[in-house]
Amino acid sequence: MTQIFGEPVLRREDARLTTGRGRYLDDLGHGAAAAAFVRSPHAHALVRDIDVTPALDVDGLLAVYTYEDLTGPLAEPLPLLIPHPALTGGRTGYPLANGVVRHVGEPVVMVVATDRYVAEDAVGLIEVTYEPLPPVVGIEAARAAERLVHNDVPDNVAAHLVQDTGDVEAELAAAPHRLRFAQTIERSASMPMEGRGVYARWDAEDQALRVYSSTQTSTSVRAAIAAKLQLSPGKVEVIAPDVGGGFGVKIVHPWPEELLVPWAARLLGREVKWVEDRREHFISSAHERGQVQEITAGYDDEGVLLALDVRIWHDHGAYTPYGIIVPIITSTQLLGPYKPRAYRCAVDSVYTNTVIVTPYRGAGRPQGCFAMERTMDRIADERGLDRTLIRERNLIQPDEFPYDHGLTFQDGRPLIYDSGDYPESLRLLRELVEWDAFETVRAEAAATGRTVGIGMAAYVEGTGVGPYEGGHVQVENSGRVLVSTGLTSQGQGHETAFAQIVAQELGVRFDDVHVTTGDTRRFGYAVGTFASRAAVMSGNAVALAARAVRAKALRIAAEALECSPDDLDIVDGTVQVKGDPSAAMALATVAVLSNPLRYAFDNDARAATQFAPRNDPDRAPVAEDDEPGLEGRDYFSPIRSTFASGMHAAVVEIDRETCEVKILRYAVVHDCGRLINPMIVEGQIHGGVAQGVGGALYEVMHYDEHGQLLNASFMDFLMPYASEVPHIDTAHLETPSPLNPLGIKGAGEAGVIPGSACLASAIEDALGVRITAMPVSPSDLYELLASDPERTRKASA
Amino acid sequence: MTEQVRPVTLVVNGTGHRITVPVRRLLSDMLRHDLGLTGTHVGCEHGVCGACTVLLDGRPVRSCLLFAVTVDGADITTVEGLAAADGTPHPVQQAFTECHALQCGFCTPGFLTTIAAALQDNPDPDEEQARGIIGGNLCRCTGYQNIVKAVVRAAAIARERA
Repeated sequence: MTQIFGEPVLRREDARLTTGRGRYLDDLGHGAAAAAFVRSPHAHALVRDIDVTPALDVDGLLAVYTYEDLTGPLAEPLPLLIPHPALTGGRTGYPLANGVVRHVGEPVVMVVATDRYVAEDAVGLIEVTYEPLPPVVGIEAARAAERLVHNDVPDNVAAHLVQDTGDVEAELAAAPHRLRFAQTIERSASMPMEGRGVYARWDAEDQALRVYSSTQTSTSVRAAIAAKLQLSPGKVEVIAPDVGGGFGVKIVHPWPEELLVPWAARLLGREVKWVEDRREHFISSAHERGQVQEITAGYDDEGVLLALDVRIWHDHGAYTPYGIIVPIITSTQLLGPYKPRAYRCAVDSVYTNTVIVTPYRGAGRPQGCFAMERTMDRIADERGLDRTLIRERNLIQPDEFPYDHGLTFQDGRPLIYDSGDYPESLRLLRELVEWDAFETVRAEAAATGRTVGIGMAAYVEGTGVGPYEGGHVQVENSGRVLVSTGLTSQGQGHETAFAQIVAQELGVRFDDVHVTTGDTRRFGYAVGTFASRAAVMSGNAVALAARAVRAKALRIAAEALECSPDDLDIVDGTVQVKGDPSAAMALATVAVLSNPLRYAFDNDARAATQFAPRNDPDRAPVAEDDEPGLEGRDYFSPIRSTFASGMHAAVVEIDRETCEVKILRYAVVHDCGRLINPMIVEGQIHGGVAQGVGGALYEVMHYDEHGQLLNASFMDFLMPYASEVPHIDTAHLETPSPLNPLGIKGAGEAGVIPGSACLASAIEDALGVRITAMPVSPSDLYELLASDPERTRKASA
Repeated sequence: MTEQVRPVTLVVNGTGHRITVPVRRLLSDMLRHDLGLTGTHVGCEHGVCGACTVLLDGRPVRSCLLFAVTVDGADITTVEGLAAADGTPHPVQQAFTECHALQCGFCTPGFLTTIAAALQDNPDPDEEQARGIIGGNLCRCTGYQNIVKAVVRAAAIARERA
């Protein structure tokens, strides 16, 4: 059997996606009616009146809905998906505004028309009278609490969360040295190239609904629709078609549109589709990242971190549908590969009159990494030691695994690192970026008037959170192997990676394996694609299902070949006696044998009827503990998350005239356990790094004091083009996870996590100024340089 | 309000069409919704991301910035028209698969059309020129490194085939 697990197999998805044959949301539903929304132009306002009459004469208008039209559970607030004991002031919005709007972009009126152009004509004619209220914009305003986003949530604080281990006060007091500083991280957003979208078909005769959504969780969207529209889940099918990127924003559910579009389809008795436009995505989906941090660190003469006390104010926007997952992750993943004796992180998660905040790739980790790694750089600076040396002295050592931090992770389970080799990772990074030779590089650059700097950052990422995923594997009579899992795909290459796993486990050709994801018709139980969990969770689930099918195939074939299953092997889809390939039968034939039939409708079925010659009259055609068909289903539910890790280094050059930052080198050492497909993992890292570069240097949501998002377009929200993303050198380290059968760890988010910390480190090194806010623009750097660099450096110490 | 409509005659991927469209219909919408060529994707509707790029008389244009009625008489190539008549993938399509130059694939058609046109002008780009070729298209998944590689590889495939 040829090895296929671990190989850089070319992707199954690409044939259709490179020829225009993908099926993204807006490629479906030709002829469906189109929905469009009147959205709040105010950050905070009372809705006094909605006059739809001017729109009623529009040719092609089918329906106009406001909150008043909603009934039953649909008229109730949207679900608060992830409750938490610390989230005492959680609030969610309504599918359509119920008398008050709390951010620009909140949906107020839904219009359905024959096409989108007409729907938007009607939207433009509807007159909503608002009574504007003063908005709360930015963390400072939220903390000041002179105004409230929700009248019944005092101080704008939805949650006060504390994570701690050890006696921080005592350790800080006893520490030979202390430093204290504050920093700010701006908002960014997932910003997939395809926005959200929903398309619904109501079958009146079956009283059943089929919904396509550009989502990261079709099973949970189904559950939400069934609950809100009062349908049996068995009457709701939800399918995630090809999805044009997610990066977190599409895990939120149900979005108002995911309920309203199917609801309208049922009311109108016709297909309805809504496709988000780019401005809608900016002002009515979700953002992330915004935090203010105050950090106090105690350390000894050697630079060993003894205590870390972190205070965070996290901006979660106008509502908390996804709970406080982001600050929970920041506060638990902040520690990275290090082991202070005492740690405390206290978070206030605050309301503002801005777009909601939910996980964006990294999900709070880039902020935590920024806090920890900037601390390490400062300690190195204070002690006058090399930044890699300081880190080396603080790393968890390979013989300390499993390493228990004494905290509770985002899955509600103890934060215990399963495996890793951080010192080796650091050694590889220094080698890859030629850290030790950099002073020569710096001197050479300086000789020609150029300013360069080097920086690094490390992270540990909890991946593959539970509770579970499942897999189903079925061998058809043709020998085709159908694999399904409930979680969804947004470009991660699951059709390829899961096919590699099943081909390897079952012993069939890769080309014979066909994978379906995110389709409730094929697999009904799933959690979703987020938290770098798909490979770990569904990868192991399909492996377990394939093992079950293999065992069944060997049992059936052993009976037919009159030998023991232990004597058999499956090679390239053929079950054969080990050492005697002449005694063999195709897996396809085993599939036929597995299903005793009454009716001989074709040749395969004839071979399997209960009147076939090999039938044993003394045994039931299907044994008591057996079932027909060569298929298997299994679930993977890990005890805890598995922890991937890595380190990044960057060399930057800064133009002292323009303060433009150019990344000359970018090196990544990455450990996600065993690799299923190194080509795909590397692609994930590249994409993550690009988003890290965006977050470090370019991406920010510019809200004005009125809560208007001033840069809600690709003209003004600066995502990196090819000209901004450097060439990335990668090295892989493989420390298998002991927590799952395949030994794998997640890889999806890793690339983005240390970007801001790493580039801040390099820029500081180049210019000798303190970076305390990200992203950092040329204008910011210019101002920092204009002030006395020495003063900047000392004031923050 | 009544829609003002006009007939448009054009050739798309070698096939002639004569259709009547509202005057305000974008070329991208006409291709996608009237002609069913959904391979052309719309990522921003303001001409920045490049996902909707098609070839208009051989030159790359943003189809979301053009009204369909303004391209009357034109010859248009979309991603569906890049492969040879016998189905052989265009060199850039093959290179994208070989180099893992796509992930979600949503921006991909715009890259493919852009690169196909650029390789006509520069059949042997180096890596820096390759970065320049794709410099006006946004991709949120790949970090561009493998796309750059694919541009260079596509040129090599074209030469191998010649």
